[in-house]
Amino acid sequence: MRRFSLTSLLSESMRGHTGWGRQWRAPEPKPRYDVVIVGGGGHGLATAYYLATVHGITNVAVLEKGWIGGGNTGRNTTIIRSNYLYDESAGLYEHALKLWEGLSQELNYNVMFSQRGVLMLAHNIHDVQSFKRHVYANRLNGIDNEWLSKEECKEFCPPLDIGGGLRYPVLGGALQRRAGTARHDAVAWGYARGADARGVDIIQNCEVTGIRRDASGKAVGVETSRGFIGAGRIGVVAAGHTSTVMSMAGVSMPLESYPLQALVSEPVKPVFPCVVMSNAVHAYISQSDKGELVIGAGTDQYTSYSQQGGLHITTHTLDAICELFPQFTRMRMLRSWGGIVDVTPDRSPIIGKTPVQNLFVNCGWGTGGFKATPGSGHVFAHTLATGEPHTINAPFTLDRFRTGRLIDEAAAAAVAH
Amino acid sequence: MLLIACPHCGNRPETEFRCGGQAHIARPEAPSAQSDEAWAEYLFVRKNPRGVHAERWCHVHGCGRWFNALRDTVSDRFIEIYPMGAQPISELQSEARA
Amino acid sequence: MAQPFRLSRGGRIDRSRPIVFEFNGKPIHGYQGDTVASALIANGIHHVGRSFKYHRPRGILSHGPDEPSALLSVDRGPGRVDPNNRASVVEARSGLRTHSQNHWPSLEYDIGAVNDLLSPVFVAGFYYKTFMWPRKFWDKVYEPFIRAAAGLGKAPTQADPDRYANRHAHCDVLIVGAGPAGLAAALAAAKTGKRVILADEGPEPGGSLLHDPNAEIDGRPAASWLEETLADLDGRENVILLSRTTAFGYYNHNHVALAERVTDHLPTASGQAPRERLWQVRAGEVVLAGGAHERPLVFADNDRPGILLAESVRVFLNRYGVAPGRTLVFATSGASAYTAALEAKQAGLAVTIVDLRLEADCGPEVARLRQAGCEVLTGHTVVGSKGRKRVTGLIVAPVGSDGRCGGRRVLPCDAVGMSGGWTPAVHLFSQSRGKLRYDDRLDAFVPNISAQSERSAGASKGTYDLADCLAEGFAAGAAAAGSDERRTFSATPTLTGFQPVRVMPTDDDPKKVRAFIDFQNDVTAKDIKLAVREGFQSIEHVKRYTTTGMATDQGKTSNMNALGIVAGQLDKPLPAVGTTTFRPPYTPVTFGALVGPARHALFDPIRTTPIHGWAQSHGATFENVALWRRAWYFPKPGEDLHAAVARECKAVREHVGIFDASTLGKIEVVGPDAAEFMNRMYVNPWAKLANGRCRYGLMLKEDGYILDDGVVARVSDTCFHVTTTTGGAARVLAHMEDYLQTEWPDLQVFLTSTTEQWAVIALQGPKARQVIEPLVEGIDLSPQAFPHMAMRTGTICGVPTRLFRVSFTGELGFEINVPTDHALAVWEAIFAAGQPHGITPYGTETMHVLRAEKGYIIVGQETDGTVTPDDVGLAGMIAKTKTDFVGKRSLARPDVIATTGRKQLIGLITEDPKTVLDEGAQIVADPNQPIPMRMLGHVTSSYWSPNCNRSIALALVADGRSLMGRTLHITTPDGFTRATVSEPVFFDTTGERVNA
Repeated sequence: MRRFSLTSLLSESMRGHTGWGRQWRAPEPKPRYDVVIVGGGGHGLATAYYLATVHGITNVAVLEKGWIGGGNTGRNTTIIRSNYLYDESAGLYEHALKLWEGLSQELNYNVMFSQRGVLMLAHNIHDVQSFKRHVYANRLNGIDNEWLSKEECKEFCPPLDIGGGLRYPVLGGALQRRAGTARHDAVAWGYARGADARGVDIIQNCEVTGIRRDASGKAVGVETSRGFIGAGRIGVVAAGHTSTVMSMAGVSMPLESYPLQALVSEPVKPVFPCVVMSNAVHAYISQSDKGELVIGAGTDQYTSYSQQGGLHITTHTLDAICELFPQFTRMRMLRSWGGIVDVTPDRSPIIGKTPVQNLFVNCGWGTGGFKATPGSGHVFAHTLATGEPHTINAPFTLDRFRTGRLIDEAAAAAVAH
Repeated sequence: MLLIACPHCGNRPETEFRCGGQAHIARPEAPSAQSDEAWAEYLFVRKNPRGVHAERWCHVHGCGRWFNALRDTVSDRFIEIYPMGAQPISELQSEARA
Repeated sequence: MAQPFRLSRGGRIDRSRPIVFEFNGKPIHGYQGDTVASALIANGIHHVGRSFKYHRPRGILSHGPDEPSALLSVDRGPGRVDPNNRASVVEARSGLRTHSQNHWPSLEYDIGAVNDLLSPVFVAGFYYKTFMWPRKFWDKVYEPFIRAAAGLGKAPTQADPDRYANRHAHCDVLIVGAGPAGLAAALAAAKTGKRVILADEGPEPGGSLLHDPNAEIDGRPAASWLEETLADLDGRENVILLSRTTAFGYYNHNHVALAERVTDHLPTASGQAPRERLWQVRAGEVVLAGGAHERPLVFADNDRPGILLAESVRVFLNRYGVAPGRTLVFATSGASAYTAALEAKQAGLAVTIVDLRLEADCGPEVARLRQAGCEVLTGHTVVGSKGRKRVTGLIVAPVGSDGRCGGRRVLPCDAVGMSGGWTPAVHLFSQSRGKLRYDDRLDAFVPNISAQSERSAGASKGTYDLADCLAEGFAAGAAAAGSDERRTFSATPTLTGFQPVRVMPTDDDPKKVRAFIDFQNDVTAKDIKLAVREGFQSIEHVKRYTTTGMATDQGKTSNMNALGIVAGQLDKPLPAVGTTTFRPPYTPVTFGALVGPARHALFDPIRTTPIHGWAQSHGATFENVALWRRAWYFPKPGEDLHAAVARECKAVREHVGIFDASTLGKIEVVGPDAAEFMNRMYVNPWAKLANGRCRYGLMLKEDGYILDDGVVARVSDTCFHVTTTTGGAARVLAHMEDYLQTEWPDLQVFLTSTTEQWAVIALQGPKARQVIEPLVEGIDLSPQAFPHMAMRTGTICGVPTRLFRVSFTGELGFEINVPTDHALAVWEAIFAAGQPHGITPYGTETMHVLRAEKGYIIVGQETDGTVTPDDVGLAGMIAKTKTDFVGKRSLARPDVIATTGRKQLIGLITEDPKTVLDEGAQIVADPNQPIPMRMLGHVTSSYWSPNCNRSIALALVADGRSLMGRTLHITTPDGFTRATVSEPVFFDTTGERVNA
């Protein structure tokens, strides 16, 4: 792997950048791998990377039916934070956040992780109570998160309107300063390059069409658009398409796939210094390095694989954005798009074993998977390498839906009176 | 925004409706007799198909009635609308894969 | 009024109406009908901006919405400033102040231009390879620097004084684009009587006919045909013709969104008219006739100001009467540029043509231009341009079929019109999820298989000849309207056909050539090739790595060139590389238009009770609860929240308080099977509840967790009056309807929301009975006749009432349900009658404190969607004899029946009675344990209790009920405080008062 650095960049600039090779190869699939990962998004690529770097397992293939990072990795609003309520989630997302903090250096690929702070706004007394619950729980879990008065919110995010004219005035907010954003594509590419350099085969345009099981029922490989590929273990990391892939092995999942939309404005000079989230009015906004305001909308109410949602979802989100930031009404929407998010009944992921031997799954990240990418890959690699979950992902079993031990962050933050 | 043909009111915009998810999941006759596995399956496991999906809709901001629909989750096109308690006539074949 | 480049005649501008606006502080003169771009060009100004990355001088490339370079900040007055406006579409008017962007200190002298010298370093994706060391520098140094450099214009800083409107519309046929194809489609559709909407993004309909002065249709000048056609359409009531209206999004089920720009072109911000209007059209059928975009040629320094698209030169000449220069060179690989060249020649300009095609591959257009006296260099490539802030010459060379270049020649010029062929605007078609097909002959993707009820016509389908466009449009319009009428048109033939070219052949070192693909994002052919070399081979990867096609023009001019280069580099046929998916919007859409009026009070409906006005006039402070505004507390002069609540709390326990509980959800459950239905929906038993008696009902979701609660009265054998929480009303009704209609359709039960019909006046306190006694008729109020948890019907103040004897305070209390229309009168009568008894209005905060003193839970505060009845000590509510109810089975799941570890509701008594815990505070057994600490639970409710004269708190704590008397440690903003676990009831622990 040719190292990226200012020096190598300068030396290449002398010769028209002709010396840069491929960032990852385009290999033909081998007949068999120790581990086959289905899904070349951030989570799948990170899993391959950590299999190679942490566990020394390099006979690994990542199968991607399109182009790597083309699913939710390249379609999300890149918010990264770890201030979750429950110990289980806090452990998982904080694990990820710690990895984010050194990721550019670890991968030798600038993923532009920007710790600009994520400010979550409270708009009613219930929000205040809920956010303080988070702040206190985070403190005892060693996760930074602080309560800000509405004036402090304004100071941290000057464009914010904290006046009383709002339909739901801002009462305060919870701020995680270590939280922020990253360049989503670079995460996929960085992990791909790192994994590839260690021998992992990243195979694009390779759709999995079946999961082959032997007489004893255990999974032995995958049928693909490029032929059968044998596998010691299979890790399915297919996000919105997980139900489809798992059904190939006869496993039904507690998942539903919904369209999730996002949009960006035209690029402008720096005007928005942080990330602001408001669950109560459904607004998520930050500004990218390129200058676009990056705005997240909610999911549509029906399941769909179309990567397209309704305009009313977008307009509702912009209602909220312009309610909170009235000076943005003259900004313009440049591009909008949709992803397919796989949602579990308790809105927490499933990472671990399945009823089929040698078949493992990592899914159910819903609307918030990007932030977990390094942590998710790291613990899933552990699970695939050892056959058992890491302590961090141990609570996130498929079995919890039977026992009732749900990890329901969404319910805990639900608004009700 | 989808356009949904309420069997009682006719074509109406999606914002008048609530989607109730997968159809034809009958509540077990005797829930207490269900095993934990079977009960979890009833509560949580969903088909989530890529293709034709039987789902429930309720015209909440209209007549208030529930009904069933077949919709292709790839094209988002409605194939059939039919009453609660009935089975669809159309085949569960995805348009997208045809 | 010098407009040195204004032609002496021609164009559709109104020369009798001069205008003047500012560009970078200088006055610019033009005419009504000009765009900012045409007026600038009339004044000889091409250099209007600096590029994104390299800060290269950039000019006006195009005449339309595909303009990538000429982006200006436009100032229409205070608060009406916005960036990144395309000069080519902003209608010029007096009073506008326009500014170029992305330079410092000025457009002419821009420090950022140093980036151009560093361009060998700043290649595609360079930032992924550096800025990583030292680590801390990213947040502090590198990123702020990158951000400051990026971003084009400046965001508005003031609130927007303009307003925006929304409109929903239905039609049988929506036609997008009022060029020849769209107009013919409209004619055909309109004749059938169907409802037609014809939308065009320009200020006047006509499309290419507006700049085609020599064309004839059906034997008369195209302009006359246009006028007649518009008059015809205008005269029909079934046609809505929208100008300045861009169809920007094609969504599911023929839902098409249009943005109409209503007032920006008017000289004064006009009174009540909205600035823009969002149309959401549900169309039976859609005809897409949005035209095509011309491709630039890719050669070294193809980005100099003064280099335009050839068709744009034509538009400036014919539509605006403006010459882009005096000495023009047209560089082309196809025929259409010859029309522009001929018209330029006819306008008296010096014209030379450079055509990449070999002489043998060209048509009669070459001879015609030569006849007109122009030099035509066929078989020539362009290898560069001269000049800096304005093109001064084009460097050309002969090139053979082997791609070898001959001797160079500089063609001096002050403007260039280039044409690399055409790309149909398939954006909306692709958004509709129609499948595209690559057409070799057209070197373009064209609509193939429709996914919705739409059809394309004209140039957007790759049909470029005028007569063909008209016929195709007519057929499409007729078919969309359900008619099979067809007709032909006679029209002047259009010069069509081009030889696809990706990068113009050159003999320069390809490593040194900077030939721009994406003008706005400064992406060169070299960048694309680098990306491919680095393994980015999907066009989506190339886009993302190089940013090509991701600028504000979304690659309208650049996508096909980029795609072609990738295909060439990979040595694959172009369709094998694929095309990127088009996503809404077609052109950028103002947030305000999408938002419309939905701000502040109109962001969400505000629900108020009939007592709202009274509460306002009595000084109440309000809080938002779901959509409702509820009186929070009633401060007297000088009182803050705490003082007011303390007074209200005392008043209720000592005298009597009056509270507006109208927001409670109410559902009438009626029918022969009502009791059975209630049995199935709630955990409680209902069969034996006597008529006129009430019961606290607890409702679970099927997963066993608490959904809602409320008092239910049995009105008769077949009727229950159900109440729900304020926020839960709709949810509970939906939950009930779902089960009733889908699981138990055999049950004869009817559900009716009566939330809006019944207003509820809660009268609570020892004097409550005395207050209402004189007002009530037909009900014996004595404790024996009307005990706690009973309901009676009668009248109060002559108004029919369902009078509940219930209490959410622990005091003797009544909840007086009266028809909403009479509620205020009854309230006022009670308030007057209560004066001798010290009646005090109280709000939700006092209600919360009083119920917490009694340990009554609030769903959503003590519960959070993961709490079972047993967790909050309400297991006793569950009917022992029922075999089933919604949620019952889930309560038997292993982790729910776990004997240890469940969080249980308890009370907390702080060591210091003055310490009021934070709601949400976490609870630990040992505050000195290392982080991460083991948390036992959290504080759900916490108040200063005036009646207990100390703080009180409720909490959910793991195995809490086994910890009575234990000291636990509770987080505070700066540490921990100590509290003792108690029963969750703090006042009148025996519950005597409620029975008074």
